[in-house]
Amino acid sequence: MIKDITIGQFFPGKSPVHRMDPRVKIVLTMVFIIMLFVADKIWGLLIGIAFTVFAYAISRIPGKMILKCLKPIVPIIIFTAVLNLFFIRTGKKLFEAGFILITDDGVNTAVFMVVRIICLIVGTSLLTYTTSPIDLTDAIERLLSPLKLIKVPVHELAMMMTIALRFIPTLIEETDKIMSAQKARGADMETGSIVKRARALVPVLIPLFVSSFRRAEELALAMECRCYHGGEGRTRMKQLKVSCVDFVAVAVTVVFFAGIIVINHLV
Amino acid sequence: MSDFIQAKNLKFSYINEIEEPPVRTEVLKDINLEIHKGEFVAVLGHNGSGKSTLAKCFNAINIPESGTVTVNGLDTKDEDNLLEIRKTAGMVFQNPDNQIVATIVEEDVAFALENMGVEPNEIRKRVDEALKTVGMYEYREHAPHKLSGGQKQRVAIAGVIAMQPECILLDEPTAMLDPKGRAEVMKTIKQLNREHGVTIVLITHYMEEAAQADRIVVIDSGDIVMDNVPKKVFSQVSTLKNLGLDVPQVTQLAYGLKKAGYDISTEIITEDECVEALERILADA
Ligand SMILES: Nc1ncnc2c1ncn2[C@@H]1O[C@H](COP(=O)(O)OP(=O)(O)O)[C@@H](O)[C@H]1O
Ligand SMILES: [Mg+2]
Repeated sequence: MIKDITIGQFFPGKSPVHRMDPRVKIVLTMVFIIMLFVADKIWGLLIGIAFTVFAYAISRIPGKMILKCLKPIVPIIIFTAVLNLFFIRTGKKLFEAGFILITDDGVNTAVFMVVRIICLIVGTSLLTYTTSPIDLTDAIERLLSPLKLIKVPVHELAMMMTIALRFIPTLIEETDKIMSAQKARGADMETGSIVKRARALVPVLIPLFVSSFRRAEELALAMECRCYHGGEGRTRMKQLKVSCVDFVAVAVTVVFFAGIIVINHLV
Repeated sequence: MSDFIQAKNLKFSYINEIEEPPVRTEVLKDINLEIHKGEFVAVLGHNGSGKSTLAKCFNAINIPESGTVTVNGLDTKDEDNLLEIRKTAGMVFQNPDNQIVATIVEEDVAFALENMGVEPNEIRKRVDEALKTVGMYEYREHAPHKLSGGQKQRVAIAGVIAMQPECILLDEPTAMLDPKGRAEVMKTIKQLNREHGVTIVLITHYMEEAAQADRIVVIDSGDIVMDNVPKKVFSQVSTLKNLGLDVPQVTQLAYGLKKAGYDISTEIITEDECVEALERILADA
């Protein structure tokens, strides 16, 4: 169950989406988010959906990954839908029973918000599916590098993110090991009330913390031994380069965005 | 300069500032040691005898409290020499999991070079070379956490040799590995020493590994108590036992036979030598 974390799950591949410069991908993802919120007509939203489907198709990410990234946000989707359905009281009355009042405005907004959230999650997940975590951090570091001028520790933040990514699998493995060890000693972590189960986690978390501190200390030492002295004067092996794919991607996004704006005004 | 690493009257203590008053633990008392270029030195000693502390003095992680340590003529006390010394004497630690920084093998090997500000093309070249040297080139795009212990440790070694150091300090690099991983790492270390002329300082608990060195230094509570070629060190079985150390199994066997009255040399440290000696005894009988 612990291994079901999809955030940051990367599917290596050679599709055009994979080959894009991660910086361009991040910027276009943001444009995509804006696009979803600019679209306020049903046709505009359909273009947003079309864009998402199109991007998935050329990236050749298996369709079941779409469902997988949606799973954790099902409660949020339901919550949004219910909220909009019951609390919007303008528009034509569709159904009334006691204090429950459902209007066509309510239905419209509910559908809109749900579709938007789904597109948002599915679309942004594509970024992490097609970009290796290290490329992602790298790109964020470079995109944010102008902030260094106002003393934002961009390199340090990126380094922290890289190390966190590097240690997630190691710590997951370790958690599994400690849990098995505690279970072998008779610890019960699967039954009982939430409070009881939470309490059963304490003997897992404490050794995990202790070992994390030890790891951190050793890693810091190993980094020092390899001449690490902050971001100053540091070069990178992999240089990011904007290529043809990126220009095409930008062009396609612009076309879709333009389509949405036109539809907003026409329909 | 033939003395590549030189420690003169080296004294070192850890100071725990959290306690009030600060507690100081004297670890190295008065170390005098010279390590020559191209040498393969094994360092032995029981837990807590100060081996790791000594190794960390050799690449300016620990700065001597008194006395001096010079690496390739550079004094470790001088702050300006810091990066140059770390470039010259790379260090590999016991737990490969805690020394790999990046999420891709080749990125990790590039880490030191990126810190040193090497040009991207040159980094690429040196990373590929280093990975080929340790035999991990096919794994360059793998995630480190999916490799075996021995493979991870070889990646860690590649990360150090990419700096093209003249010396590598290895602190129990095989302690967490299975026999296969241990053999892989030892093969890599020996190859670096023989073929590339890299000076090796290997801290280990495995006597069979120490037996492959040119020279063994034995440390006990912060003092050097023996410093000789493996044959001479291991022939002093009882002294070693008193220091809480073992000897290679074959040496132990020869020692036992000698005690039982057989005519056998006590300077046997490899299996081949042992086989030969046993054959001679059997032929005589
Ligand atoms: N960071 C530290 N702070 C305080 N004491 C330490 C530290 N590291 C090691 N020591 C102490 O120094 C002594 C020697 O440790 P070490 O050099 O790691 O020995 P070895 O590697 O031979 O096992 C031990 O008694 C240990 O407790
Ligand atoms: Mg040690």
